[in-house]
Amino acid sequence: MTTTGRPAPLIELTGVSKRYGNVRALEGVTLEVGPGEITCVLGDNGAGKSTLIKIIAGLHRHDDGVLRVDGEETLLSSPRQALDLGIATVYQDLAVVPLMPVWRNFFLGSEPRKGVGPFKRMDIDLMRETTRAELLRMGIDLRDVDQPIGTLSGGERQCVAIARAVHFGAKVLVLDEPTAALGVKQSGVVLKYVAAARDRGLGVVLITHNPHHAYLVGDRFVLLRRGTMVGNHTRDGITLEELTAQMAGGSDLEALRHELARD
Amino acid sequence: MSALSDERILHSSPLRRLLGRPELGSVVGALAVFVFFAVLADGFLRPTSLSTVLYASSTIGIMAVPVALLMIGGEFDLSAGVLVTSSALVSSMFSYQATANTWVGVGVSLLVSLAIGAFNGFVLTRTRLPSFIVTLGTFLMLTGLNLGLTKLIDSTVSTKSIADMQGFSSARVVFASTLTVGGVDFKVTILWWLALVAAASWILLRTRVGNWIFAVGGNKDAARAVGVPVERTKIGLYMGVGLGAWISGQHLLFSYDVVQSGEGVGNELIYIIAAVIGGCLITGGYGSAVGSAVGALLFGMTSKGIVFAEWNPDWFKFFLGAMLLLATLLNAWVRKRAEATA
Repeated sequence: MTTTGRPAPLIELTGVSKRYGNVRALEGVTLEVGPGEITCVLGDNGAGKSTLIKIIAGLHRHDDGVLRVDGEETLLSSPRQALDLGIATVYQDLAVVPLMPVWRNFFLGSEPRKGVGPFKRMDIDLMRETTRAELLRMGIDLRDVDQPIGTLSGGERQCVAIARAVHFGAKVLVLDEPTAALGVKQSGVVLKYVAAARDRGLGVVLITHNPHHAYLVGDRFVLLRRGTMVGNHTRDGITLEELTAQMAGGSDLEALRHELARD
Repeated sequence: MSALSDERILHSSPLRRLLGRPELGSVVGALAVFVFFAVLADGFLRPTSLSTVLYASSTIGIMAVPVALLMIGGEFDLSAGVLVTSSALVSSMFSYQATANTWVGVGVSLLVSLAIGAFNGFVLTRTRLPSFIVTLGTFLMLTGLNLGLTKLIDSTVSTKSIADMQGFSSARVVFASTLTVGGVDFKVTILWWLALVAAASWILLRTRVGNWIFAVGGNKDAARAVGVPVERTKIGLYMGVGLGAWISGQHLLFSYDVVQSGEGVGNELIYIIAAVIGGCLITGGYGSAVGSAVGALLFGMTSKGIVFAEWNPDWFKFFLGAMLLLATLLNAWVRKRAEATA
């Protein structure tokens, strides 16, 4: 507990940096997310969003700065370790097996079993029921959990992946551009489930390049540009217009407007 | 939400459910072939003829089951055909050379067959080479070993008779006996076949391992990401082929008492064809054990039906090729329907 009144952040990064050889991928990023909060990380392509994800997910170690999980200083060395600490990452290219039914996908790798000896088998009724119930708790009414997950839309698949992480005890959900490939309506659906996860007490790190989506749900906004942090705001501290302007590069956008203007 | 729910109802309509079954195409095909020969071939419907058809189907079916599981898991095994002969050779030659009870040879053969399967799986997962190449290598090596070692040890291309050795008669009962039911003779391989289909269906549909098999064939990386032991699953599937080859090999040996060391070449494709006709996707992640059994049955009906119809058996290959093409087209179409995004 670092402060009184407010619980310690689930994840706290202070001045975190990462170099690949002599390329500086990330420099001095400070970020925190507490239970029931959504921290949005905004940035253009190449801003360092992926590097940041990989550090939080345990794929890469940071070189500098401090990463605290539940207030304890940590060096994550593997995705498994991150998972064990309750950090679940849902990647953009979703990790599902398209031809398998939703319920088989939901429990893949963590199948509950019953029976003994050679008759040990998956508890299929429990799996079906749990999948349906967990999705319903997230507000997804799936009539048929037996349909191949490949028949679901991109947004629905994203939601199943989120529900799965919540069910298996994630405390922090890291979402990599969950709305990037989706239409307006589908994006809205996904953001609703992100909010549902937040309401269930999870901390969410939402990576996006869409300031409108970020502002709809975010409590904090971290802006990255070319590997460095150019802004860290709470919701009270910034308006959507300011966020959009900063995201678009402010003065860069002004210059572009000037360049493109008709004579 | 109501609009979304409505479009989901379509997914669970009985027709779509039926179309989603991997065996559908093969069952329709099997019925058609059955009616075809029932009408055209005299005596096809006699109980003894049907028993012959079932026997022919079972010898293919015993191997088609593990080959189908392997295919669902996303891999091939081109060494499956000659591995059957290897299993028979090991069993026969070990018993003869060691002057041991036949059952000792049978046991050694089981270990060797499983080990060769494990070898295939191990090389595949370690080198990450395509299974086509890895098992093509094993296929050639085993073909050479079968002939070479047999000639080296027995000086001919066939093994010495083990008919007078201890344990031969009891082993023959288990692997190659004939059971008479209602005056009709049935080969015991039919029971082995049914047992394998039942066991494989149980594994695929009811166990955690079954979930892993579908997953490693459907999307290996996703499976690995959620903690599925991809390597162990694949090695296990290859050992399953070893188990099937052992059963088939023992049948081969105990049906007679000698083994021809050059046998088995080409059978690996027949097993694969049975699995594909039965609805297994060549690309993995989809299929069933029951489907492989129907595929084997189609195979048995066609091969024997042509004989009963007194046609030139050359036509058999033509029928087989046509069925394979039709089945694959049907499967591709079914898969497209099943995968269609809402």
